[in-house]
Amino acid sequence: MLRGETVLRSGKHFMDGNEACAEGAIAAGCRFVSGYPITPSTEIVEHLSRRFPEIGGMFLQMEDELSASICFQGAVWAGVKGMTVTSGPGFSLMMEHIGFAAMTETPSVFVNVQRAGPSTGLPTAPAQQDVMQARWGSHGDYGIIALSPASPQECHDLIITCFNYAETYRCPVLFMMDETVGHMHGKVTIPSMEDIHVVERRISTRSPSDYAPFRVVEGDVPEMTRAGAGHRIHMTGLTHDERGYPDMTTAAQESLVRRLCGKVNNHVKEISMMESRHVEGSDVVVISYGISAQIAGHAVDAVRAAGIRAGQVRLISLWPFDDEAIRNIARSTRHIIVLEMNLGQMVREVERAVRGIVPVHAVGNAGGRVIAPDCVVEKIREVLR
Amino acid sequence: MNQPVLLSPLLRQERMPHIWCPGCGVGVSLNCFVRAVEKSGIPQDRIHVVSGIGCTGRVAGYVNVDSFHTTHGRALCFATGLALSRPDSRVVVYSGDGDLTAIGGNHLIHTARRNVDMVVICVNNFTYGMTGGQVTPTTPENMKASTTPYGNFEYTFNLPALMEACGATFVSRWTVFHVRQLIRSLEKALKHRGFSFIEVLSPCPTLYMRRNRLGNPLNMMEQFKERSVIRNGEGTAGTSLEEGADLIVGDFIEVRRATFKECYERRMTEVLGERFVPYEGVR
Ligand SMILES: Cc1ncc(C[n+]2csc(CCOP(=O)(O)OP(=O)(O)O)c2C)c(N)n1
Ligand code: SF4
Repeated sequence: MLRGETVLRSGKHFMDGNEACAEGAIAAGCRFVSGYPITPSTEIVEHLSRRFPEIGGMFLQMEDELSASICFQGAVWAGVKGMTVTSGPGFSLMMEHIGFAAMTETPSVFVNVQRAGPSTGLPTAPAQQDVMQARWGSHGDYGIIALSPASPQECHDLIITCFNYAETYRCPVLFMMDETVGHMHGKVTIPSMEDIHVVERRISTRSPSDYAPFRVVEGDVPEMTRAGAGHRIHMTGLTHDERGYPDMTTAAQESLVRRLCGKVNNHVKEISMMESRHVEGSDVVVISYGISAQIAGHAVDAVRAAGIRAGQVRLISLWPFDDEAIRNIARSTRHIIVLEMNLGQMVREVERAVRGIVPVHAVGNAGGRVIAPDCVVEKIREVLR
Repeated sequence: MNQPVLLSPLLRQERMPHIWCPGCGVGVSLNCFVRAVEKSGIPQDRIHVVSGIGCTGRVAGYVNVDSFHTTHGRALCFATGLALSRPDSRVVVYSGDGDLTAIGGNHLIHTARRNVDMVVICVNNFTYGMTGGQVTPTTPENMKASTTPYGNFEYTFNLPALMEACGATFVSRWTVFHVRQLIRSLEKALKHRGFSFIEVLSPCPTLYMRRNRLGNPLNMMEQFKERSVIRNGEGTAGTSLEEGADLIVGDFIEVRRATFKECYERRMTEVLGERFVPYEGVR
């Protein structure tokens, strides 16, 4: 199957973030998606259910998110790239299998088009309330990666990065969209296939006697295999040794869980992505992510026009959190404002990283609508008074 | 010291001894499964075993094939993704009654309804073994469990009937006493196209039998022998496991119906014609 035939023609397209996400997943080589309908993410799976039969992919509507979040992992262990897609309450049900993917080092992508909660909450209305759940929602210690797109273009481009990270680090990668970005229509430029960087699965070529599915040969990520490759592997959600066999010792727990965390958190510099402008020598920097970063941009432009030295940082990756980069920002300004559509989540990380170098202020809401730029402008004026 | 190889190459020698209690039926069922795989002629690298959580769920760790020990109740979902993506392999789900019919009940009915091409082996020991003998959807009425100290007062699942109603295309029930029949049935299931469900009644001497003063494992084997009546090919009507009644075992259902994958491909070919590109997964 030629990938060039299956992805959209390169050039400019007009589409919303959900469709862009679906097309980006196709471009990344994703061919198996299991999901369960929930607004505002449903259009992603609807789009794939139309596209996949023509390009040799498969979408499966499962009976719930418990099944949807592990069905595709079966396909991944067969050698395919797969993902699941959800929102709000469905994301809560998927926590079990984020932990399973972390423990079994399954390259996996979870898309969450965030909506306002808790519980059924305010269906179809946007929020950024799941960013801590993304990091800590499953029980136990583990590492995950989370990215946050701010435009339809990024919904396309960054989902490809999600798949690449999943293959590189063999961990769950969470794509933290939100309702506004998902339903926002805009111009999306599709690059030609040669210009899209896709990391393919590296299946170990070692002989069965020389291979162990959780043995680290180089770096801190083991080589992957697939069912039927002849390696006769075992994998389990139990604490295990490098052969994947259960090992109920604290020594095994210590070394495995430390590696699962470290293989992500020790690579924050390779993973981390952010954009910043006017930070150096500023009086205030607004840190934000996803759709809120667009709001922050308008607010910063407005106060700069009025002569205030304001800067902006947009987090593209949320997890692992880039403490050092944030600390450097704190050293270059006098105040930090964190803008997010929740009542204070990533601001805690920023405060932790800043270590009191400068005051950190929060602007947020309980979800349901994007925050007006005026609120940010007001806050900027307030902290500089 | 090198030990002589006594085990089938389908078992992981290096993982012995296993965790099951003396007299437990799970190991007996596993021996039958291994024999059935050998007889089926399916190459070792074309069998994949998926388990959920429980004493029975540990089977995945002992079979020397690609094997996946997943989460409690969700083995069927993982197996669905695996089976559709490895169409030239046989995917077997091997798990306990609690795993498959309580926490996994929703997945069981839908995987059967879809007729996903896989074999499901359900070891029914009438209790949750791994967690200390709690009540399960298949605990007979009035029997004791750690969470029904005054006896079970809920109605009991009849699994073969449930599976027939959901559209399973191969449905059997045997006990670990019926070793030869079970091997034959498993071999048939391995060759069957579509969703196969085999219930294996099995003693849990440590918890269920001891708590209910049912004697030693041999006593249950005798019960299995004396009370069982074989009824092949007659559907699942009248197969509920009622106290004092005959214990009906057999290959109840064996029909051929288009599998999930065949239905998908038929539909897409009808509608999309030449434009349809089947999902091949990995071959
Ligand atoms: C989500 C979740 N809930 C509960 C458990 C605890 N648990 C482990 S095994 C088990 C029951 C197993 O019973 P069964 O499937 O009948 O298998 P058996 O041990 O009898 O073979 C339970 C409740 C778990 N592991 N995961
Ligand atoms: S507790 Fe029961 S089911 Fe579990 S191994 Fe022991 S006898 Fe078997």
